[in-house]
Amino acid sequence: MSVDVRPFPEVVDAERAGVDPPYDHYDYVGTRLRAPKEPLVVIPPTLTELTGPAYGESSIDSRDADLTRQHEGEPLGERIVVSGRVLGSDGKPLRGQLVEIWQANAAGRYAHEVDDHDAPLDPNFSGAGRCVTDDEGRYRFVTVKPGAYPWRYHRDAWLTNHIHFSVFGRAITERLVTQMYFPGDPLFPFDPIFNSVRDPKARERLVSTFDLGLTEPDWALGYRWDIVVGGKSATPLEEPHDD
Amino acid sequence: MTELGITPSQTAGPYLRIGLFRTLVTPDVVDPGHPRAIRIEGRLLDGAGDAVPDGMVETWQADVSGRYRHPAGDGAGARTTDDDGFLGFGRSGTGADGGFVLTTIKPGPVPWPEGGMQAPHIEVVVFARGLLKHVVTRLYFPDEVEANAADPVLSRLSAAQRETLVAVPQDGGVRFDIRLQGPAQTTFFAV
Repeated sequence: MSVDVRPFPEVVDAERAGVDPPYDHYDYVGTRLRAPKEPLVVIPPTLTELTGPAYGESSIDSRDADLTRQHEGEPLGERIVVSGRVLGSDGKPLRGQLVEIWQANAAGRYAHEVDDHDAPLDPNFSGAGRCVTDDEGRYRFVTVKPGAYPWRYHRDAWLTNHIHFSVFGRAITERLVTQMYFPGDPLFPFDPIFNSVRDPKARERLVSTFDLGLTEPDWALGYRWDIVVGGKSATPLEEPHDD
Repeated sequence: MTELGITPSQTAGPYLRIGLFRTLVTPDVVDPGHPRAIRIEGRLLDGAGDAVPDGMVETWQADVSGRYRHPAGDGAGARTTDDDGFLGFGRSGTGADGGFVLTTIKPGPVPWPEGGMQAPHIEVVVFARGLLKHVVTRLYFPDEVEANAADPVLSRLSAAQRETLVAVPQDGGVRFDIRLQGPAQTTFFAV
């Protein structure tokens, strides 16, 4: 068998149809020694990339989705419901998706040995949750609103309140780790991670919507956030026409 | 057909351990007592050659016969029925020295879309603070000299690129270091 030696095309950054941030984003200091400088090599998606793990059938404790009930007592902070759907870019709901989240406590401190921010830990809050999407692709977490926290790269450098999310999608091409933000946050203009997404419409998709329909009356406010996954192999995207 | 706007990637940050290192997804793709078990050990390094102690490595691979545990993965369009618990997915954090260890089996060859087969390989996905999106690479096996020479991906890379993807043999498995940046940067793929 003859071996094909024509080189594959290369691209300079991580962009998925102009959506993802570039690896090399100087304002986010953490990228400087970690962002790859060599171009990515474009290979056609093979079975390796067009498949991926599914944990949907695994049983998960329902307490995993309620971060306010994982300890003896209740965590301090503003109780919130965060819910939405995991969808393919074709609009198809992704059922049985493992959704994993992690976040700071209400004071802006992570339950992690590396975090030395001078803010209290909460013995009743670990900040980790997971659930599996239902038949409509829906996930739902109960938690407390995470606080903002400083990251010391310069005076008044604070990160916007956020919750980290991880989903697998239907294939490795759809693997996504991202962050959900809260509407109207005054730190948006100053956060280099949020602003690493150059397309303002794509950036807006990282921001949840306050939704009275999700509130638990006299208990918790609600935020809605849909997650749309899609792979490099998808055809170029059109923005939805109704916005 | 409505095309929805994709949700952009954001960094996993330094605290990914809180949310992602739990019992469901582990570094043991197979039980360490599995007769075919091999260990994949490596270090995740930055552009200065220093350890990345707050990263995470995920692996995705076919089984020994080259089938993926996925509806699209066995050519027949259905999930495989083998009840051996093999899923093909592993996840390991990196330690203070940037080190990661996974226990798995060597996969079989899998088809190339234009015909022929790909050499046995494991897809490796890396997350860390400072990576605004994960990076994707492939681990190939050092004892597959012929298959690697004929592999449609490896054969189209430069010798230097190729070298970053072929693991190094060691007792009980292979070593696979991942360099995010620098002169010997690992080759990453846009997928």
